[in-house]
Amino acid sequence: MRYSKGLVAFASLLMLAAAFPVAAQEKGTFKIVTQTPLSGDQSLAGEAIKLGVQLSIEDFGGPFDAAGYKVVLQAEDDQASPTTGVANANRIINDPEVIGVVGHYNSGVSIPASEVYAKVGLTMISPSSTSPTLTERESTRLIANRVSGRDDVQGPAAANFAINTIQVKRAYIINDKTAYGSGLADAFEKALTKLGGQVVLSTGVDQKETDFSTILNRARLDKPDLIFYGGTYPQGGLIIKQIREKGLSAKFLGGDGLDSSDLQKIAGADNMTDIFFTTTSVPFGQLPTGNEFGAKYKAKFGRAPEGFSAYGYDAAHAILAALEAELKAGVIAPSREAIAAQVRKVDFDGLTGHIAFNGKGDIKEAKYVVVAVAPDPANNKVVSIELVAAPLD
Amino acid sequence: MLTDMLLLLPTTLIDGLVLGLIYASIALGYTMVYGVLGLINFAHSEVFMVGAIVAIEVLIYGLAGTGLHPLIQLVVAIAVGGLAAGFLAVAIERVAYRPLRVRNAPRLVPLITTIGVSLFLQDSVRFVESLFGQFIRPFPSFPFFNRQIVLSETVFISNRTLAIIVLAVTLLAGLYYMVHRTRLGKAMRAVALDQKTSQLMGINVNKVIATTFFIGGVAGGVAGVLYALQFGRMDPFSGFIPGIKAFTAAVLGGIGSVEGAVLGGVLLGILEVVLGTYIPMWTNNAIGTEYKDIIAFSILILILIFRPNGLVGRAYAEKV
Amino acid sequence: MSGWHPSTMRSVALLAYAGVFACLKIWVFTGSSLIDTCIFMAVLASIFFATTDNVAPWASRTVLAAILLFVLPVVGLANTFYLDVTTQVAIYAVLALGLNIVVGLAGLLDLGFIAFFALGAYLWAILGSTQASMFLPGSFPLPAEAFFLVLPIGVGVAALAGILLGLPVLRLRGDYLAIVTLGFGEMVRILANNLDKPVNITNGPQGIAGIAQPLNGLAIALATDAVPEYKWQALIYYFFVLCLIGCAILVNRRLDASRIGRAWVAIREDEIAAQAMGIPLVATKLIAFATGAAMAGGVGVLFAAKQTYVSPESFDFNQSIAVLAMIVLGGLGSIRGAVLGAAAVTLLNLQVLKVLSAWLNTMRADGVEFLGFSFANLPAQFEPSKYERLIFGIILIIMMLYRPQGLVPAKRKNIGIDVDSSTGKPGNQA
Repeated sequence: MRYSKGLVAFASLLMLAAAFPVAAQEKGTFKIVTQTPLSGDQSLAGEAIKLGVQLSIEDFGGPFDAAGYKVVLQAEDDQASPTTGVANANRIINDPEVIGVVGHYNSGVSIPASEVYAKVGLTMISPSSTSPTLTERESTRLIANRVSGRDDVQGPAAANFAINTIQVKRAYIINDKTAYGSGLADAFEKALTKLGGQVVLSTGVDQKETDFSTILNRARLDKPDLIFYGGTYPQGGLIIKQIREKGLSAKFLGGDGLDSSDLQKIAGADNMTDIFFTTTSVPFGQLPTGNEFGAKYKAKFGRAPEGFSAYGYDAAHAILAALEAELKAGVIAPSREAIAAQVRKVDFDGLTGHIAFNGKGDIKEAKYVVVAVAPDPANNKVVSIELVAAPLD
Repeated sequence: MLTDMLLLLPTTLIDGLVLGLIYASIALGYTMVYGVLGLINFAHSEVFMVGAIVAIEVLIYGLAGTGLHPLIQLVVAIAVGGLAAGFLAVAIERVAYRPLRVRNAPRLVPLITTIGVSLFLQDSVRFVESLFGQFIRPFPSFPFFNRQIVLSETVFISNRTLAIIVLAVTLLAGLYYMVHRTRLGKAMRAVALDQKTSQLMGINVNKVIATTFFIGGVAGGVAGVLYALQFGRMDPFSGFIPGIKAFTAAVLGGIGSVEGAVLGGVLLGILEVVLGTYIPMWTNNAIGTEYKDIIAFSILILILIFRPNGLVGRAYAEKV
Repeated sequence: MSGWHPSTMRSVALLAYAGVFACLKIWVFTGSSLIDTCIFMAVLASIFFATTDNVAPWASRTVLAAILLFVLPVVGLANTFYLDVTTQVAIYAVLALGLNIVVGLAGLLDLGFIAFFALGAYLWAILGSTQASMFLPGSFPLPAEAFFLVLPIGVGVAALAGILLGLPVLRLRGDYLAIVTLGFGEMVRILANNLDKPVNITNGPQGIAGIAQPLNGLAIALATDAVPEYKWQALIYYFFVLCLIGCAILVNRRLDASRIGRAWVAIREDEIAAQAMGIPLVATKLIAFATGAAMAGGVGVLFAAKQTYVSPESFDFNQSIAVLAMIVLGGLGSIRGAVLGAAAVTLLNLQVLKVLSAWLNTMRADGVEFLGFSFANLPAQFEPSKYERLIFGIILIIMMLYRPQGLVPAKRKNIGIDVDSSTGKPGNQA
């Protein structure tokens, strides 16, 4: 008897749950999904992207509200894990209200998840996945986009700067053994060698490593002019700190993974001489709209935006622009394929630069700026602008 | 290449020694708890992490701007961080392990509980930290610690290194004295040998075990502060790897023995830095620094195959 | 009360329950919101209820067949998310069943179990994509049908790895095993991450994409406008993993009831006594270790085919812990427990927490007020999907402290020695 009682209790509990009033869903709701790590040690960037998208929807969602539609944000946590990201993707594609995805943060998650979106023609715009593979596959040709640059573009841009502007001859190259970091470091290494620079040491370190003495002690002997790091700021900041504490005077250069207000906090404000990174977004402090964005973001969420907030903001803006174009054309219930096609036609000036995609889904012209890091993030200075078009072959 | 290696040897050894002393201090917590209870306390790596984070908070919110000498600030932060870690360890023992001990649960049960506590603490600390901003805590920088005594291009020692060596050696010596020369230490060793008999001899076993956790926790917390000072930051997930390595050090030295933990820690630290520097040089970077952790784990497996009781450990007889 | 036998009453209750929720799921709750998810779980729960001992076999078989072969495929073809979730649950269930042998039956704490899963996954990832041509002669990828050949090879490779790792370590005290397997798990992940140079074997952190899918031709052949190819492919994997989990359960049951199974339990309960009774410790433990590893390796091969992409991030320590949490929750040594635990943790992780987060977010954004509490005031840090580790931690602690036998405790059959008079050998249990 205990068994059937349990069963009855369980069943009635579920009926109760089912009977619980659900908010009535409006007709014509469009969902933009963010898929970023909201948990784990990369949640800082993932949260920043999510908030950027939220702000974007608030800024550009007005016309839709007026037209009787509703645009909402659905935040998903991919935990920086391909398994979770793909599982989420498989859920999302079954929800007809979802019209676009902003994500993922990691290339390693973007690539398998894009295969899932491709099955239903759902457009995705990654704010930060820079692995060339993302837009190089035939299977996801129609839907995979990114507002960030590509490793094989950012690497050469950085190498140009290293050879021509700061006149580096001998370099150490370190990468964090992630899809992003190793791809960037490889591209940089190739470009640097081509431009006549000498790579003294090229090595990887585990992403969670905190002790770099095994590399930096050798640098004391080899005396490289430049240490290049492919990776993100939590580790990059630590490497900068240890470089300076070891008394090394080599210049330091990294990619857009270092673009965070926390870089200074981790590396220490005193250690900020001769530290550079390449990024696609001009520092907020030096952009009129950037400052405005920064202030609005801070007022709304109580903290300063990260570099990736702006990418998230622009990615969501692109999806909204595509949706708007489709609605303006008189389509009442736009299909996912149509929106994905419209995304390729958007053309506007976003926060991070000019937003327009080429046939592969790469941003047409990635403007890389090289930023010299100052003790206070607000004083970061653009020291060089490298314009590179995405490879089309 | 040989001259390069010789030139690098002094700094490599110093860096290895610093890392090794930190490992040794963490390893003490593992080895003392294992000695007394036969339990691998997986949550010890989080005790280590909490010690460091509390100390960093004290430095940032309590001591910044007081104008005290950096060394004094450091010592105060270490004291607070160490105590916090010690009390946390006692609390863990009280809430999660003691009920199991009283119940005489199978060995697997407390082991799994320690893993649970470890995961629980990682995310709880992250929750609390993220209420006040970012959860990666950089160690405040003091120019004083960066000052170096430079003997040659590759032979130099910074105030930071000196401070860590002095503090860690003091801590280890103090613990050695306590375990081998005091009544409390004697009681701990008695409980390690035989709990029931110790109880009959008038030793309050529960109290001794709690004290063991406290002392191990303090050592772990202090090690955490030294680690954050040396490498520059701490976050809720950063305790894990040093924790495993310190456990390796404890096994290397012979688990259950204080001098073994120190020996194992220093040896592992030096091996890690020396091999991590030289193997890439030997192999022309084909095997790079990224294999450093594999070196440590391989040492663990090799030791267990060829000398399972460690370098100075005695064979443990299974109690029937 | 009616004069029905209690077992019949329970059977009717079961049929009614399964029928009601299956109909609700098929016709009413077809989306993927919180309510839909609850109903889906209720449907899955009927599988669990159907496998309890006190239901008549006919009812249990009817419900199992109807749910597994009809309801889930129908629901899944309408909304592939549910097929995907079920497949994911089943993959984890096979993993949990493998770990159940190692930890649950033999009492050997393996904290790097996911490494064997990784071996299987990488095997098919390398052979089933162009990756293999980086370091092997011959033409790659292998044809998709080679999958069925690689599957047993994956099982063998993982078992061999288990033996090689176990051989030195299993002679030692149990707790060392925990830390060594933890180290081994990390080593496999680090190797997978670093073996892209000097010879590119695993493609390092970039991962391997474009892995061949077995039976893809069938899916293409079946595709129509209403039910496109990807839905059929999902259905194929569903049936495939159903077979795999069936095998895993069978292996678990047969081993559990066999001489070796009893030897494992004996070792788990008291190593010294077991040794004194003449059980060869190392060999017996090694078999447990290798069997568990083999199951993980086999399901790893399937995982690679289903994901079409593998990278080292999928095989970190958290995953090992997730599998451990599954069997601890379900009950160490319990087959139904392992499957239930796998379902609960996977659903919790993939679905419930996410949906709950999304729901709370909407409430927060809309500023809904409930009993005087405004959801707008909910701190942003309170996001259930952020705290996976916290939940694993709580599961492990609470279960170990208050219910170490798990939700569905393992039952060991009492074997009455009922000597068969004709042969003089012990007969079946009573």
